[in-house]
Amino acid sequence: MIDKTVPDAASAVAGIPDGSTVMIGGFGRAGEPVELIDALIAQGAQELTIVNNNAGSGDSGLAALLAHGRVRKVICSFPRQHDSWVFDGLYREGKIELELVPQGNLAERIRAAGAGIGGFFTPTGVGTQLAAGKEERVIDGRTFVLEYPIKADYALVSGWRADRWGNVVYRKTSRNFGPVMAAAATTTVVQVDDIVPLGSLDPEAVVTAGIFVDRIVEVGDRAWLAGGRFAGGTDVEGRPRTEVTR
Amino acid sequence: MSARISREALAARIAADIPEGSYVNLGIGAPTLVADFLPEGQEIILHTENGLLGMGPAPIPDLIDPDLINAGKQPVTALAGAAYFHHADSFGMMRGGHLDICVLGAFQVSERGDLANWSTGAPGAIPAVGGAMDLAIGAKRVFVMTDLLTKTGEPKLVEHCTYPLTGVGCVTRVYTDHAVFDVTSDGFAVREAFGDNTVESLAKLTGLRLTNRGSRD
Repeated sequence: MIDKTVPDAASAVAGIPDGSTVMIGGFGRAGEPVELIDALIAQGAQELTIVNNNAGSGDSGLAALLAHGRVRKVICSFPRQHDSWVFDGLYREGKIELELVPQGNLAERIRAAGAGIGGFFTPTGVGTQLAAGKEERVIDGRTFVLEYPIKADYALVSGWRADRWGNVVYRKTSRNFGPVMAAAATTTVVQVDDIVPLGSLDPEAVVTAGIFVDRIVEVGDRAWLAGGRFAGGTDVEGRPRTEVTR
Repeated sequence: MSARISREALAARIAADIPEGSYVNLGIGAPTLVADFLPEGQEIILHTENGLLGMGPAPIPDLIDPDLINAGKQPVTALAGAAYFHHADSFGMMRGGHLDICVLGAFQVSERGDLANWSTGAPGAIPAVGGAMDLAIGAKRVFVMTDLLTKTGEPKLVEHCTYPLTGVGCVTRVYTDHAVFDVTSDGFAVREAFGDNTVESLAKLTGLRLTNRGSRD
């Protein structure tokens, strides 16, 4: 019997060594696997290279991992946000390395790693600083630049529901980088609201097939869902909407 | 001299140039205003880079769903007929030339259509590019929405960009608060001048050689 479920977030991130490259899903807060990140902070791995679209916001999630001094390098497209003060401080103090990648190249480099592609020629970035020094090729009269895959030792992804084989469905735009990251890591860990019985996910609707997934942990409904249904009551970052007049 | 139109009027002007049936990406910031002026009852499908086609307007507060946001990380809605997809597919839609139009902001646009909109190259600034480079080279037509002049009065339309480039030769048309310019093989052509602006007055403001295209197509 195949059972990829683990009992808690601590078991889900167990064994991540110092110096690992860890992909963390999410676009801002949407799809950020907060419970797994908190468990990774508690687990203690250091000198990590993190691949994410951003570089953390506010003081929780990825920003907290950075604030704990666990991250050596961030590979991302958009570190600067109105509330990215943790990353901003570390970067200005020279305490963190940044590899800036145009968002589509980031997604495709991750996809390429999962798909076994050795490199690809992309038109994005040609003639800009972010392609400086990279190999170019003219194909059908258009200039492209060579980009290489980004692989990871671990991927931490947030899905909505999964079964014990590791088939995953996502919710709305929280899908973002999850599917490509799940395929690009040696060990893929997915947190979901709900682990459902085998056979209850519609095979036509599965987004990440279980072959890409190694560990599944159930963390319960996200704050704005109740029993898997939308309940609202939060702001766009998922915080209880208390000060707002309804 | 040099009458200007409001940002809302400019957004409405851009919206009027988007044909029904178009797949459109409005980037982040000011261009997202264009969505408010798309004609009622026409089916124009908005794409957001973080994995949604068929994006609708912001929800009422009770319906804010943190799993449903746009590229600017603001809450949005999904219209009937919407589709979600992952990031590699989303950027494949751009890079693969599937989007009809994108509307982007700019620091500078050169007369050969180079775009600079991601970095001023200021020392100490934290660089961030997001999806700007992919959008700039991907959409079939790239519209820029910007003021013609910076706050300190320097033209944003230039012979050569001095800020770091986002894309080379990628801009189709520039909508400014003074006039609309097409990028042609012969430099900027004034497509439409607002108020009392003329090709001559605009040439004076920008220091560029401009041609007159007039309003066509």
